[in-house]
Amino acid sequence: MAGSNKTSITPPRWLLAELTYACPLQCPYCSNPIDYANYQSELDTEDWKRVLTEARKMGAVQLGFSGGEPLTRKDLPELVKHAKNLGYYSNLITSGYGLTEEKIVELKEAGLDHIQVSIQASSQELNDHIAGTTSFRHKKEVAHLVKKHGYPMVLCVVIHRENIHQMPEILAMAEELGADYLELANTQYYGWAHANRDLLLPTKEQFEQAEQIAQAFKEKVAGKMKIYYVVPDFHEDRPKACMNGWGTTFLTIAPDGVALPCHSARDLPGLDCPNVKDYSIDQIWHESKAFNFFRGYEWMKEPCSSCDEKEKDFGGCRCQAYLLTGDMYAADPVCSKSPNHSVIQEAIDSAKASALSDHEKPLIFRNSKNSRRLS
Amino acid sequence: MSINPDQAIKFSPMHRLQWEEAQQKDVILYPEGMVELNQSSAEILKLCDGSRKPDQIIADLEQKFATTGLTNDITAFLEVALKNGWIQQN
Repeated sequence: MAGSNKTSITPPRWLLAELTYACPLQCPYCSNPIDYANYQSELDTEDWKRVLTEARKMGAVQLGFSGGEPLTRKDLPELVKHAKNLGYYSNLITSGYGLTEEKIVELKEAGLDHIQVSIQASSQELNDHIAGTTSFRHKKEVAHLVKKHGYPMVLCVVIHRENIHQMPEILAMAEELGADYLELANTQYYGWAHANRDLLLPTKEQFEQAEQIAQAFKEKVAGKMKIYYVVPDFHEDRPKACMNGWGTTFLTIAPDGVALPCHSARDLPGLDCPNVKDYSIDQIWHESKAFNFFRGYEWMKEPCSSCDEKEKDFGGCRCQAYLLTGDMYAADPVCSKSPNHSVIQEAIDSAKASALSDHEKPLIFRNSKNSRRLS
Repeated sequence: MSINPDQAIKFSPMHRLQWEEAQQKDVILYPEGMVELNQSSAEILKLCDGSRKPDQIIADLEQKFATTGLTNDITAFLEVALKNGWIQQN
């Protein structure tokens, strides 16, 4: 454990409130844990309000209402109103499923600052296939309504092998819908995406082509639309500075109240992630084992501990190190300095072989039945 | 795109400028993002309220801080702010 001294701990600035694991969609790259169906309990309204109040007092200012599908929580407008009174900038991260004009107006009046709508692809057929739900037309309608009611509109498209060829059409759709921001999120391979990696991971050539198209578009729409490009780290040779450093900026609260330094951290062994029902946010942030575990640099092994880039990327992602090497203290294998770096090429090769195979296995969709089967 | 000296400047309705007590700083908030501002940047942006042209912003700040020669620094920052979409004209 890092055991970094207490005075160097920075306050949380980003709070991700995962209100529920319930979701009408079944995206096979969902960032929720594979075993989400085992976590049935949800924090009640008063607990969420207390979490928001305590985190805000410490300095959290960006607030994401996420899930699952946060719209399935009946108390969402009440929580939005509470967040508004506390001075948060609140973001609703939604599939748009079940979002009506009436609800959009209600949330605006409650003080919601922005709505991010996810669309799975640029065509109805592929969108509805990936989402596992008929949703494409409604999502486009929601995007129009979000604009109509004066919210900044962020369109989020998760990119993977099934839709990467649609990059030009995805960009045209964002322009047509009048998105203020377009998030092109290359799939990060955790949880469900890890289970489906052979079917989702594009080739390097596909990435490079898509990136080139996105880059040209970025220049074309400069000043009108901002593009957030989440990099495909499997095709990089240095890891991402995951979570801006463990326990420095981000605080995620899972639906059952477990506090996580990142939304995949509940899969790491031995962290004993604390629950907000038992501790205050201040105690969790400063004193818990989980939040101190990878703070600072003392936990690092070689090649990270003597690396001159460790303050830039913090050794990369702990969850990725654990998933791909079985050792959560290891360097993120995305890094070309990692002794395990070959696992990345093996993953890329395996996905390519799968794409070329005559009988590719089917995608595992994210639903309760599959969750119970796999956990 | 650059600053038009003859038009008033307003803060973008798609962003929010806010004092953060915990950080003792003004910040700009927008979808999934935040920019922490130093004091001089914050002072400039607070005057971008739709009533002042660039010259007036400079004059007001020079008066407030009892100094002169801020034109270049303020103009350079306004260009950055415009490019980032934090401020608008018209």
